Amino acid sequence: MATVRSAETERTTERDRESAVQPVEKERWLGAQPIGLLFITPYVLFLAAIFVYPLIVQFFISFKDYFFAAPGATVDRPWVGFQNYVDVIQDPTFQRSLFNVFEFMIINVPATVFLSLVLAYALNSKMRGLSFFRGAYYAPYVTASVAIVTVWLFMFGETGLVNTVLGSLAPDPSWLINRYWAMPMIAVFVTWKQLGFFILLYLAALQNVPKERYEAADVDGASTVQKFWSVTVPGVRPATTLVIILATITGMNLFTEPYLLTNGGGPNGASVTPVFYMYQKGVEQGQAGYAAAIGMILLVITLGIALVQRRVLERD
Amino acid sequence: MRRRLISVVAAAAGSVLLGGCISDGGGPPESANTSRGAIEVWLSTNPEEVAWGEEVVASWNSKHPSEKVTAQQIPAGKTSEEVIYASIVAGNAPCVVMNTAPSAVPQFQKAGGLVPLDNFPDGNSYVEGRTGTAVADQYKSPDGRFYQIPWKVNPVMIFYNKKLFAQAGLDPVNPPLKTWAEFLQTSRTLVQKKVAHAAIWPAPSSEFFQSWFDFYPLFGARTQQQLVEDGKATFDTPDGVAVGQFWRTMYAEKLAPQEKYNGDSFKDGEAAMAIVGPWAISVYKDAIEWGAVPIPTEDGKPANQVYTFSDEKSLAIYFACEHRLTAWDFVKFATAQDSDGRLLELTGQMPMRENLPGVYAGYFAKNPAYTQFADQAGRIVEVPNVPNSTEIWQTFRNAWTAAVVFDNEPIDKEFADAAARANELLAKG
Repeated sequence: MATVRSAETERTTERDRESAVQPVEKERWLGAQPIGLLFITPYVLFLAAIFVYPLIVQFFISFKDYFFAAPGATVDRPWVGFQNYVDVIQDPTFQRSLFNVFEFMIINVPATVFLSLVLAYALNSKMRGLSFFRGAYYAPYVTASVAIVTVWLFMFGETGLVNTVLGSLAPDPSWLINRYWAMPMIAVFVTWKQLGFFILLYLAALQNVPKERYEAADVDGASTVQKFWSVTVPGVRPATTLVIILATITGMNLFTEPYLLTNGGGPNGASVTPVFYMYQKGVEQGQAGYAAAIGMILLVITLGIALVQRRVLERD
Repeated sequence: MRRRLISVVAAAAGSVLLGGCISDGGGPPESANTSRGAIEVWLSTNPEEVAWGEEVVASWNSKHPSEKVTAQQIPAGKTSEEVIYASIVAGNAPCVVMNTAPSAVPQFQKAGGLVPLDNFPDGNSYVEGRTGTAVADQYKSPDGRFYQIPWKVNPVMIFYNKKLFAQAGLDPVNPPLKTWAEFLQTSRTLVQKKVAHAAIWPAPSSEFFQSWFDFYPLFGARTQQQLVEDGKATFDTPDGVAVGQFWRTMYAEKLAPQEKYNGDSFKDGEAAMAIVGPWAISVYKDAIEWGAVPIPTEDGKPANQVYTFSDEKSLAIYFACEHRLTAWDFVKFATAQDSDGRLLELTGQMPMRENLPGVYAGYFAKNPAYTQFADQAGRIVEVPNVPNSTEIWQTFRNAWTAAVVFDNEPIDKEFADAAARANELLAKG
């Protein structure tokens, strides 16, 4: 009996397998919802044209002594293998730029996470003047960097407002031309400017923290600080991962602020960033192959950091 | 199998696209060198030069209706050189740019963006005849060919504010600015008397070209040498270091600020002196009662022996031009004696023409303020026309800001390191 049932079961399974072949094949090629492919095609094409294709070109030219030339001009751009990469890694200015950007991130990333979470938490509560504060924190983010930089130059210049207030306590040389202060000042500036965006991310994330958890914490007699650490912080963890990764990418791509605030990586290279250096090499000095190698190295470092952050932050 | 096929097709398509992107296809036809027709020229954005350019273009068009010239200002960008380079790469550069910086010529030449003048039968002889062989030689490329037509100079001198000098008790007619010692003492007086925030305020920032307005005029005045000569850096010498020490004193005593001024410090009265060329006369004439003296030298050389940085701009014919004969004829038209005279009248800038004071004696008699600049135009030091020129200037500038502006490193060590790197770049070619 058992044998008969077993044979029947086998036949049934075989039939199921046969009938299942066709859908599985379809799923492999077009997915469960083929119409979805149609919807994402425009963005995929956009991504391929704007990001993937230039990235492939960049990868290719990073192995050549490449420079941009006039169409139709006969120029020699020999293949140099890994030479550009070797030169970039040994380049003291590039090493300095990496150090500078890590210094920036050490200040900017924790400050961004902490301040945006705390402020979002505050702005999520019922308080007077809520709309004003939400607008106030968001205003720097939507204001052009050039306009804000002018204000900061006025405030932190040698004869600016801050130094006037500080008097003899002001640093000499002044903030933005002081090799110890230039990068921290840029980090503070970027933190302040970007804060509105990250607050917005946290505000959205806070809506997803179940109220029951706060009620349970209330029942357990938790204080406001305890609720913040034990309920809010774990509750917005996915948003924190996103904020950290975005802040890191912003840091690695830092260009505008040192370009405008410290006049091209000054003082004495203290605020040169890898992207600024890439601009100097590729655009000003016409060494596109070298600049491409900087870009590829930067990409690998950024992806590496983001991967580590994701692994660490998303670990249960 | 199908997936593999798709992968192969995608890879092939990618390779074709990639090859297409970075291949050197296109370009003007072979006949461009001997062709005539309508051309486009770019002018500087300076209002006086635009007025001059439009006048010259109108005059040309009235005489050459079948070879019409269209003029426009150089499109906006961080620097004109970046915009021009981008247009070279894009293949849409105009036929002539009437504001080509000599420091950018090596890069444009390397990119295949410039037409050598010996493509035209009278190319070399015209340049040498107009400018003089000795001066013109500074504008030859290392391959011995001209890729630029030296056009006009703005030899830099020390401008000073007579009113502020008088307030500080200094002689506003013959100010003590001849020797380095006098210059330093005058600067101290100006700052101590608080007539201005700074004695002089050259941009202390890191852009590669800023050295043309602090180090280079004094170095040229002292040595008559370019930054590199005969394949070697020249600034790693007692002369170069001495100029560095002079400016270090200026920064250390806060006679020159370490922070860049956002604006025109001289015009705003924040600095009592400035290092500028004759273009500034029309800018300052209504704002400041100014005077000008030659660049100071350590030993106080007579004015007629003092050299300075040229701040020259050239004309060049660009590779994308399809009617190069018209371009060449237009260049000669725009640099003819009459056109040069109008340039002088409208802009105050000195055409690169031999015996300038004699050729335009009438103009200088009417405008004595310009006479000393015309005289100075005969004693100029140009930026070197060498490969990797921009990187060499950037290397020097980095050393300058580290050692001279911020005193983070000894000057001789920084200059030696920068010279070693410059020599490497020169050897690399």
